[in-house]
Amino acid sequence: MKKDIILAGVGGQGILSIAAVIGLAAIEKGLFVKQAEVHGMSQRGGAVQSHLRISSNEIASDLIPAGEADMILSVEPMESLRYLPFLSNDGWIITNSTPFVNIPNYPEMKLLLDQINSYKNVIVINADETAKKIGSLKSSNVVLLGASSEHLDIPYRNLESGIRQLFGKKGESVVQLNLAALKAGADLVSEKK
Amino acid sequence: MKMFLLGAEAIAQGAMDGGISGIYAYPGTPSTEIAEYVQRSKLAARKKIHSKWSVNEKTAMESGLGMSYAGKRAMVCMKHVGLNVAADPFINSAITGINGGLIITVADDPSMHSSQNEQDSRYFGKFAMIPIFEPSNQQEAYDMAREGFSFSEKYKIPAMIRITTRLSHSRYGVETKELIDENSISLPDDPKQFILLPANSRVRYKILLENQKNFKFESETSPYNKYFDGNDKSLGIIACGISYNYLIENYPGLNCPHPIIKIGQYPLPQKMIERLNSECEKVLILEEGYPIVEESLKGFFNHGKTIHGRLDETLPRDGELNPTIVARALGFKTKEGLPVPELIANRPPELCSGCSHRDVYDALNEAMKIYGEKRVFSDIGCYTLGALPPFNSINSCVDMGASITMAKGAADAGLIPSVAVIGDSTFTHSGITGLLDAVNENSPVTIVISDNSAVAMTGGQESSASGRIKEICLGVGVQPEHVRVLTPLKKNHNEMVEVMAEELAYNGVSVIIAERECIQTITKKKKNKTEL
Ligand SMILES: Cc1ncc(C[n+]2csc(CCOP(=O)(O)OP(=O)(O)O)c2C)c(N)n1
Ligand code: SF4
Repeated sequence: MKKDIILAGVGGQGILSIAAVIGLAAIEKGLFVKQAEVHGMSQRGGAVQSHLRISSNEIASDLIPAGEADMILSVEPMESLRYLPFLSNDGWIITNSTPFVNIPNYPEMKLLLDQINSYKNVIVINADETAKKIGSLKSSNVVLLGASSEHLDIPYRNLESGIRQLFGKKGESVVQLNLAALKAGADLVSEKK
Repeated sequence: MKMFLLGAEAIAQGAMDGGISGIYAYPGTPSTEIAEYVQRSKLAARKKIHSKWSVNEKTAMESGLGMSYAGKRAMVCMKHVGLNVAADPFINSAITGINGGLIITVADDPSMHSSQNEQDSRYFGKFAMIPIFEPSNQQEAYDMAREGFSFSEKYKIPAMIRITTRLSHSRYGVETKELIDENSISLPDDPKQFILLPANSRVRYKILLENQKNFKFESETSPYNKYFDGNDKSLGIIACGISYNYLIENYPGLNCPHPIIKIGQYPLPQKMIERLNSECEKVLILEEGYPIVEESLKGFFNHGKTIHGRLDETLPRDGELNPTIVARALGFKTKEGLPVPELIANRPPELCSGCSHRDVYDALNEAMKIYGEKRVFSDIGCYTLGALPPFNSINSCVDMGASITMAKGAADAGLIPSVAVIGDSTFTHSGITGLLDAVNENSPVTIVISDNSAVAMTGGQESSASGRIKEICLGVGVQPEHVRVLTPLKKNHNEMVEVMAEELAYNGVSVIIAERECIQTITKKKKNKTEL
């Protein structure tokens, strides 16, 4: 088993907690995990990415080779297309549709969504809207993670356990909220089918 | 026990397990997480391991050397450009040698993700003539840190660990080992060891030179330098540090047909390399950073075998490596993915909304209108983003502290007024001495210290002189009536412009301190409070 995932977003949007949940889940499953993070300059509202690699064998490179990522998981629609050179031919683009507009030349939304939908394997969800419905906008990244769960090749219950481990010290209500967010994301995708 | 650690954290855990009594550091990407890990550690708290930030890299290096003098183990950490600041004690510590084990960990930033340049610290290690460890992965990072102290004590020499951004900021499983006890206090046997008067220095330098053959021998037998033979001798490959991972990524299952030398310890293992060179038709060198190995193998006349690397552009001359670049150097066809569509716009970093630096630049831009453009020297920190639109306020960013001294030099040349914009941490790091230069000549410079009570750029660490900037300026000798304190807020805009205009018109040193805490650290503190 091998899953190479590019996590994308804008500095401050919390892509590292997505990486942490998937990482914890994969480790619990007995898999190898390597995760290259971003720190520093690019975090101030700039484009950020993280390379997350999961495998049943030892992982050599900290970076994913070009054209070999199985998935781009993006918390922001424009960012989902910035790392296309990494995506393999049958890779998935899974993205939030709520834009983070902090530049004057942000593309027109309709053009952007058309562009995203023009690729082969795409899942676009409004994670922010769903997160608001369950009561916490902050959990929109976990909603997105839920939407990707079917394509991660990691059992759902391991993801749940990852959430418990990551949010456990913040209290049971935070854990429950994030479990609900995960489920809401997963349901969104299965309903669409 | 297995832990899931960043390369930086693996070094910190290794250092603690290796028995350090103190870590000395100044923040700087990609090295910051090493000291932060020790600051958060319960083990370190229990053992009272020193981990408070130093004012700059030079003070960190000297404090580390002092702890070593007293017989205890210490680690000093910094980013690559920090070693420029610490270069004097660093180079001289190779001459004095050490007492308790001393490791200097330096994190380089090839591709300049968060830096002014991509200098390669291995040159500094070579310059100082000390052994360098370069881990290829998180486990080696841990092991080198843990074992490095006894190596350092064996030869009474400081050792360097050199990492680069990707290893520092990438997580992987690390197997930790048992804790080594701290040293107890013991003073150097030789009373002259640390007194570098010329007569003593000559003796010490001979010892360092004499030790070079020992360091070479260690490299030859080191577990971090390995020769993997291969049948296909049309090419031999030397892979240093993390580049070994990129090489192996291209040969899954370790099935590379070519002989490989994996380098993790310097000076280079000469015999190993001689063997590769004599058995193989050509040599390919993979190294993250400058072509230091390639240069030394090629020599001046390049009479030997064909050597491929960065110098002949088999690999790009600059920037970090990755598995795809290495694949191309090996002649493999690489995948390409899909092109980035044209409608994707750049998203550069920017000042947070509500950031105090914004209000400082809004006011400064207005006050500077009558003088025209290109006279604002600045420095390194979040406020450097004032160079970008919509502000376009600053005209330089060179090295920490340079804003004040460059403004002074420009004023000496007749550019009056010249202006400096500097952050609080940068000011205490290297700005105070420059301010004294300006005060000594009463140079016509206006210095704006944008004091947000934090080292914000590197993640909001505690700033070393929070709340004391004004006293420092007065102590250095700035006239009290020309030390002005403002609160950078929209509602104070007019007042700020007025004060700036007054001080710009003054023909001497003035300091304007704009005090308001970084909103990110405020948010973080609030969050921590609610979590408690
Ligand atoms: C010699 C050196 N050490 C460390 C760094 C990393 N670094 C860049 S900016 C900065 C701190 C800036 O703090 P401050 O001046 O208070 O500005 P702020 O980011 O808070 O606006 C540091 C530590 C560097 N670039 N050079
Ligand atoms: S982190 Fe703080 S100093 Fe940096 S841009 Fe944001 S508010 Fe300003």
